[in-house]
Amino acid sequence: MAIWEEKIECCPREELQQLQLERLQSSLNRAYKNVSFYRKIFDEKKIVPEDISTLEEFKHLPLTTKQDLQNNYPYGLFAVPLREVVRIHTTTETIDTPTVIGYTRNDLKNWGTQVARFLTAGGVTHDDVMQISFHYGLFTGAFGLHHGAECIGASVIPASSENLDRQIRIMQDYRTTVLVATPSFALVLADRLQKLGIDPKTLSLRKGLFGAEPWSEKTRREVEERLFIAVYDHYGVSELSGPGIAGECDAKSGLHLAEDFFLAEIIDPQTGAPLPPGQSGELVLTTLTREAFPLLRYRTGDITSLDFSPCTCGRTLARMQRVMERVDDVIIVQGIHVVPGQIEKVLKEIEGCEPHYQIVVSRENHRDTLEVHVAVSENIFFDEMKRQRSLLEQIRSVLMRHIGFRVEVKLVERKTLAENLQQSGKIIDKRVL
Amino acid sequence: MLRLLNINTFYGEIHVLKNISLHIAEGEIVSLIGANGAGKTTLLNTISGIINARTGQIMYNNKDIARKSPDRVVKMGISQVPEGRQIFNPLTVLDNLKLGSYIRYRRDGSRKIQRDIEEMFTLFPILQERQNQLAGTLSGGEQQMLAIGRALMSRPRILLLDEPSMGLAPLVVTEIFKTVARLREMSKTTIFLVEQNARAALKLSDRGYVMETGKIMFEGNARDLLENREVQRAYLGKEKKPIWE
Repeated sequence: MAIWEEKIECCPREELQQLQLERLQSSLNRAYKNVSFYRKIFDEKKIVPEDISTLEEFKHLPLTTKQDLQNNYPYGLFAVPLREVVRIHTTTETIDTPTVIGYTRNDLKNWGTQVARFLTAGGVTHDDVMQISFHYGLFTGAFGLHHGAECIGASVIPASSENLDRQIRIMQDYRTTVLVATPSFALVLADRLQKLGIDPKTLSLRKGLFGAEPWSEKTRREVEERLFIAVYDHYGVSELSGPGIAGECDAKSGLHLAEDFFLAEIIDPQTGAPLPPGQSGELVLTTLTREAFPLLRYRTGDITSLDFSPCTCGRTLARMQRVMERVDDVIIVQGIHVVPGQIEKVLKEIEGCEPHYQIVVSRENHRDTLEVHVAVSENIFFDEMKRQRSLLEQIRSVLMRHIGFRVEVKLVERKTLAENLQQSGKIIDKRVL
Repeated sequence: MLRLLNINTFYGEIHVLKNISLHIAEGEIVSLIGANGAGKTTLLNTISGIINARTGQIMYNNKDIARKSPDRVVKMGISQVPEGRQIFNPLTVLDNLKLGSYIRYRRDGSRKIQRDIEEMFTLFPILQERQNQLAGTLSGGEQQMLAIGRALMSRPRILLLDEPSMGLAPLVVTEIFKTVARLREMSKTTIFLVEQNARAALKLSDRGYVMETGKIMFEGNARDLLENREVQRAYLGKEKKPIWE
């Protein structure tokens, strides 16, 4: 199987570590010089960036958290003036202050390389026709894949969020060979094909590269069996540029990390202490080449483990296990990070309802749905239907505006909710991944 | 091939090189660019053993040469073309070249060395014309060619070039850079190029490092560095107008 950049992807560990150290040292020097947030931290802790001489020493530097990014919204952590930024994306959380991610020309180029690597690892070539069914917008996913595919020379169809039937039509008529989407989209697609009586074997589709939400081997098998395609997983974090951080090869035993662009560590999410390879913990990433938006020891919130043994595919880049859980209570629904705390904040602003709620995530017909049970004061609950309904509508529309997709809302009595909360906690995730 | 790990070099109390790590792979042309006083020449002098690093390693084919004397370093296959040429003015061109082969005279014998001198003459035809002239009477560009030729006479595997374009007319500079590119094609020599003429250096290099006050600020493909706006502004003379942020 082809390898996009054999020189790096198969390079001996020692050489890779040399490159990582060099890039880390220059990144630290740049971050210290150009980002006041990091300069302040370093000065406070009396750390001189040029004193860091090993990757081990680096692991004692403070971590960067989501909160730090929020405090510096929007451009506070940029290391270059805005005029050098050629692209801006944001994260897709449902919070007021998303993270703004800037890219210089070189950042975009590197991003394309990262994506091209995992696309190649998944067997995509310049002969492929790739249909990208991620929503194009502020979200990093679609553009990252798009750029990487163009680097390889595949024919890209930015199908974006066209409706399902049109997507199928495109797939048939344009002879799509590779589908890029969320795994749940693939299942919805399989259902629809079945309903329309279209045999997936009549399509030209041969591969699927899925990501942007947690999914399991079971889902992989299901998609593979129903659509008759080979399915690969990839991983990205928007804050650190988006897709392209890691991706599967044919061995499908972990996702190869782009270690020359990102330094990965695993820490104990409670204590922050580094964990040895193979142990499961929170993934912490440092950008090694980013010019516009460097991040040092950024806590991704994703739980995984690292495997440094060489892979059967010949790549020596470390492999991370597929991410199935998170450290915090962020729920990933339809590729969007839903932060429960934000729902609380939104509810507080609506008159007549209380900031007590329960979130129920379930999966119907392979599509994730989010239901919010909101406690309302008793007088409203027993009040006339009209007022109740208008409140319901109001909550629904405000939540939808903040979250970005349709949310079901149920009004419940305070007492009932309290009982439910006690029984099953604030979040009920009924999905079987 | 050559790997520097956390090199710290001092002039007395002055900390000149601060934890410098870099590498040069076999067959590569790597350039180091940076302003005056950034520590570029110090770095070359540290590699060739003229100054000793206080801490750090210089791994050359997996051997640490950090505290080896300059003559040992030359014998191991690293030759430096010093800043400002430093040729022996009162000697002839031919003698200058012969001196370059001093360390292998006994080992290789005069016939082999004669052959190498012929090779230098093919690489730099002007030196053949001037072979009996005193080196001090050559023009700047010719002197630079002689300095490079002299360094090559030790048959190095890595050539360290310190500011080969310094003080030369633009046309001659182009000529020198062309020669450097040709060098790699002809003799497969690995080249570490230190330059203030950043654009020309990066254009012919595979990779580059940008140095600022003794620290490495950028590592990357030469083409990426040429694209980097900060590098452009500081070292490539673009956007010369003052910028008000």
